[in-house]
Amino acid sequence: MIEIEGVRKSFGALDVLRGVDLGVAKGEVVSVIGGSGSGKSTLLTCINGLEPIQAGRIAVDGTEVHARGTDLNRLRRKVGIVFQQWNAFPHLTVLENVTLAPRKVLGLSRAEAEAEAIRQLTHVGLADKLSVYPSRLSGGQQQRMAIARALAMQPSVMLFDEVTSALDPQLVGEVLDTLKLLASEGMTMICVTHEMAFARDVSHRVAFFHQGVIAEIGPPEQIFGAPANPETRKFLSNVR
Amino acid sequence: MLGTALTLNDLLFLGRGALVTIAVTVIAVLGGTLLGVAFGVLRAHANRWLLLPLVFLLDVFRSVPLLIQLILGNAFQAVAGWGWSPFATSCVILSLYTSAYATEIVRGAIEAVPQTTRRAARSLGLTWRQDMASIVFPMGLRVALPSWIGLTLGVMKDSALVLWLGIIELLRASQILITRLQEPLFILTVAGAIYFALSFPIARLGARLERRWREDD
Repeated sequence: MIEIEGVRKSFGALDVLRGVDLGVAKGEVVSVIGGSGSGKSTLLTCINGLEPIQAGRIAVDGTEVHARGTDLNRLRRKVGIVFQQWNAFPHLTVLENVTLAPRKVLGLSRAEAEAEAIRQLTHVGLADKLSVYPSRLSGGQQQRMAIARALAMQPSVMLFDEVTSALDPQLVGEVLDTLKLLASEGMTMICVTHEMAFARDVSHRVAFFHQGVIAEIGPPEQIFGAPANPETRKFLSNVR
Repeated sequence: MLGTALTLNDLLFLGRGALVTIAVTVIAVLGGTLLGVAFGVLRAHANRWLLLPLVFLLDVFRSVPLLIQLILGNAFQAVAGWGWSPFATSCVILSLYTSAYATEIVRGAIEAVPQTTRRAARSLGLTWRQDMASIVFPMGLRVALPSWIGLTLGVMKDSALVLWLGIIELLRASQILITRLQEPLFILTVAGAIYFALSFPIARLGARLERRWREDD
């Protein structure tokens, strides 16, 4: 579903990604862990074409992301992304937040878009907040709305960029439950996360990022049980 | 009438002057805002070196006193042989003057929309235009409104300067009456009251919109 080969990315003199290889199969959940500034989040913004890359290739569902002539707006319909900051559109109600892109980008009618939005909002537990403005929601609710907003585009892949990092601790659980639900339904997901328990319980594979490369990747039992790389061991002993 | 020589006809004369003030203001604010939106979008997105000439020109319009702009502009159009009426000349100069301020208001409003919000919109597949139309303009409008109301009220008062091109707007009309009736305080009070009556609804409308938007979000 996602093929990443030899991807290099730098911001000026700063090399953020230094040759990343990763393949994600359909229905697979890959968690990406690692220290701050290791390039985890940058990789996600490269996958949906928000950032250009300097070398290598990324393909999503057969589409070359950084090829000349690739319609990025078309690609982004297939790749949902949710950020650390939930980025609600403050001037729109919850329902309007979720129906905006399906109506503008997919060209759905209002009735079709609303039916789908209500389905997704029910899915994330916000069915009773349809006509509320985002400022009346808690951070966890806003983040779940952002997830519903991305899901309403019927993506084939979902990318999650530290979606619980900006939340109050007591709100983290509700968002992680939503992610677990999606994983159990077979959504293809890459989750950049600091929630080690989540990475261990939900993912099929865990990738440890260090200094712009994937230093170690494997099933959670390997990464958390018997990490081969000394940097992985060091990182895990620090976060526990 | 109240122990004054001011007749109903004189009041109608003031009223006609007020209509001219309204016409000049509406045209200048409309034209200036349209130009300001176009320039402001450019200012917020295009390369700053490419925009240097535009920025310089707008700085000139903001820095040189309006009176000088009106007189020079009028002389220029006469020399160039365009044959514009004083009213047309006034509207064009005032529009440019307004656009210089409106550009900065629009640029500020666009830049007040967080990059991360725009990024989220683009990542949903919205094009640049759709992002501008559905996210940036509605969010920016809430930021821009108070300054824009202020600009409109300012332009209405500044529009009095077009009397130097021989246009009889509200202030000029009151001066004519003062010369004839020699009742400066009373007539200026009436003229001031008319200016207030024109401005007040605009200020109230602005306050009302702000309140409604605050209740929204």
